[in-house]
Amino acid sequence: MPATSKILRFGAACLGGALAFSAAPAAAWEPTHPIEIIVPAGTGGGADQMARTMQGIITKHALSKQPVVVINKAGGAGGEGFLDVKNSKGNDHKLIITLSNLFTTPLATGIPFSWKDMTPVTMMALDEFVLWVNAEKPYKTAKDYIDAIKAAPDNTFKMGGTGSKQEDQIITVALQKATGKKMIYIPQAGGGAVAVQLVGNHVDSTVNNPIEAVAHWRAGKLNPLCVFDSQKLDYKDKIAGDKSWNDIPTCKSAGLDVEYLMLRGFFMPPGVSKDAVAYYVDMFKKVRETPEWKKLMSDGAFNTTFMVGDEYAKWVADAEKLHEGLMKEAGFLAAKSN
Amino acid sequence: MFDDIGNLVHGFAVVLQPQNLLLMVVGIVLGVIVGVLPGLGGANGVAILLPLTFSMSPTSAIIMLSCIYWGALFGGAITSILFNIPGEPWSVATTFDGYPMAQQGRAGEALTAAFTSSFVGALFAVIMITLVAPLVASFALRFGPAEIFSVYFLAFCSFVGLSKEPPFKTVASMMIGFALGAVGLDQMTGQLRLTFGSETLIGGFDFLIAVIGLFGIGEILLTMEEGLSFRGKAAKINLKIVIQTWKELPRYWMLSLRSCLIGCWMGISPAGATPASFMSYGIAKRISKRGHNFGKGEIEGVIAPETAAHAAGTAALLPMLALGVPGSPTAAVLLGGLLIWGLQPGPLLFVEQTEFVWGLIASMYMGNIVGLIVVLTCVPLFAAILRIPFSVIAPIILVLCAIGAYTVHNNTFDVVMMLVFGVVGYFMKKANYPLAPLVLAIVLGDKAEVSLRQALLGSQGNLGVFFSNGLVATVMTLGLIALFWPIIQGGWTRLRSGKSGLRPAA
Repeated sequence: MPATSKILRFGAACLGGALAFSAAPAAAWEPTHPIEIIVPAGTGGGADQMARTMQGIITKHALSKQPVVVINKAGGAGGEGFLDVKNSKGNDHKLIITLSNLFTTPLATGIPFSWKDMTPVTMMALDEFVLWVNAEKPYKTAKDYIDAIKAAPDNTFKMGGTGSKQEDQIITVALQKATGKKMIYIPQAGGGAVAVQLVGNHVDSTVNNPIEAVAHWRAGKLNPLCVFDSQKLDYKDKIAGDKSWNDIPTCKSAGLDVEYLMLRGFFMPPGVSKDAVAYYVDMFKKVRETPEWKKLMSDGAFNTTFMVGDEYAKWVADAEKLHEGLMKEAGFLAAKSN
Repeated sequence: MFDDIGNLVHGFAVVLQPQNLLLMVVGIVLGVIVGVLPGLGGANGVAILLPLTFSMSPTSAIIMLSCIYWGALFGGAITSILFNIPGEPWSVATTFDGYPMAQQGRAGEALTAAFTSSFVGALFAVIMITLVAPLVASFALRFGPAEIFSVYFLAFCSFVGLSKEPPFKTVASMMIGFALGAVGLDQMTGQLRLTFGSETLIGGFDFLIAVIGLFGIGEILLTMEEGLSFRGKAAKINLKIVIQTWKELPRYWMLSLRSCLIGCWMGISPAGATPASFMSYGIAKRISKRGHNFGKGEIEGVIAPETAAHAAGTAALLPMLALGVPGSPTAAVLLGGLLIWGLQPGPLLFVEQTEFVWGLIASMYMGNIVGLIVVLTCVPLFAAILRIPFSVIAPIILVLCAIGAYTVHNNTFDVVMMLVFGVVGYFMKKANYPLAPLVLAIVLGDKAEVSLRQALLGSQGNLGVFFSNGLVATVMTLGLIALFWPIIQGGWTRLRSGKSGLRPAA
């Protein structure tokens, strides 16, 4: 998604001024009872980790007078959580953290929901995807691995991923298109389990987010081959031996023209007050300044783009179009009949 | 190895600080409360209380959180035995014999046996973690989809054919369970199944809702029909009962050992505590001399599932720490806690965070001891609850069940579903359809299906994958033996008795 990335960076640059305005009226609205953060995914996953870290940060630094409660509503690939927010019209105390299932779940299942049914608040970060292989395997570069796939018949290589018709499988389909060979995609319930299946050699590769696989990389069990972004990751601290996130080449440079970033952002129910949105934008800005947040960002090698308001809405609209295109191509769209 | 022991001793020193001991007691008490409330459960309890710990040091925080976890494990048994309402999924098998015991006025005995077995199971698992952690972690890595399916297969096989009801009714009950388990989003294809266009059904039927309804509400309806009398009134309420039961327990050492091993294995593999409790109960019933008495208030039927569930619950923490993959929902929330404190679970946690890891392991020992003392002293108190008139306690149980059902997904529709399941449970009991196979199918059917399909996807439809290596082949063979055990046993008896008729018994 090169076009989207560009928009995103441009947006981030010209947004500084707008933020100063939105911060001013924040004092006008204060939460009067506990704030709910809905996680449309299971416990322990990337969105859940981020929501719970933020809950900890907000509590520890007393950024809100009211407590923050994190609630997992993972049913129906997150559809349960989205429908709950859609149906909580005007509730100023409810937020939802999103991942790519914001787009993929309605597209794949046909549940009556779209991001337009909610109020965009902020983009907190973008999650990266990395191509991982087991360190025992002879593939040292993405090219080695791609060549091996190309040399073998269809359905020889197994790709592990989280869920079905979601981001991991979308990347896998893009990979198949780039190599011209079919892979066997094996869905697991969560990213942690996916990484362990790779360590145990039950699959040949995964596209885990950095934070899901970093522990195994540091232990010398997994090797990153390339990152599905237009540029290398911006974290230069040594992670595994003498390697840093910055040492991982982009997939494009390895001849694999696939890019994908996942939204980690917040939405609110429809019809909420502008002051409430401004309050949360201000609170999340303070969250971003804390050392705990910065640590989470560097641990997970996140892309730390921050967006609010129309800019954010535009980004989401573009991302939805992109997903619709990718999923249509892959044949993942729900049948229109029901 | 010697370094490890030194680290462990240091861990004990940290844990035994007065402040940490106090946190431990607080954690256990909170955990017991959380475990008693059906549906609230350890995972929710830990998640709710997690923010409380952010201001503490990671070691103190994990001590308190893991004590909530132990407390919830202990607490799950209380409502199962007293009211036939499993507070946690793995307590279902405890109701089979625990509740009949309470009805016979032996609630104190059943509670003591349950708590002590929990302690033994957990202790066994902690010792295993202390001694062979790295080895065990690498064993867990050998479990791919085929291996995990074989474990579920064994859990099913060791449990079917156990009930006294006609096989047809058992199969019918199990099939209803599979059908209910299939409702909602299919993880493998992302398709909605059996939702009939209803938005409320996309999340499927949660196992806990079904259990609270089938067991809890169903039981209340039955009791009401029988004239509002509680049959557990005669429960003795003094601490002597604890000592008396303890004198009995050493006799069952073989049963305990077997249940510990089943539990540890299931906790690591990571099938979890629920299949462990069912499998342990099923195998105990087959092997025990008093097997015919299971289900009528047999103490062995309490020891087996409780020991295995807690060995599994404890062992499940190991893959979480060493691999970053939680073996249970509660472990998953604890994992979230670790990340918040900046601890990255994984193979290097044991190397880089020795103080934390050994502090945690030391707190497992201490937490269980403290927990056992706390819950045992409360046995008379718990048993005394049965003396409250049914007309007072029944509405309270109903309210607790409703709160529990609501808490699972914060959804009012679930409360309605719970009541529907209650009526279904009532009629199933009236018609002599066993509930256990239905529950087993709901809780494990979905997971077994997913791993079966993952395995077949990987092998491109070749069933040989279930016999492709020693590990999976052994477990599958054990499962097949367990499945056909009645036939094998029947055939063997006939051969021995010299009668003709080699036709296997159906």
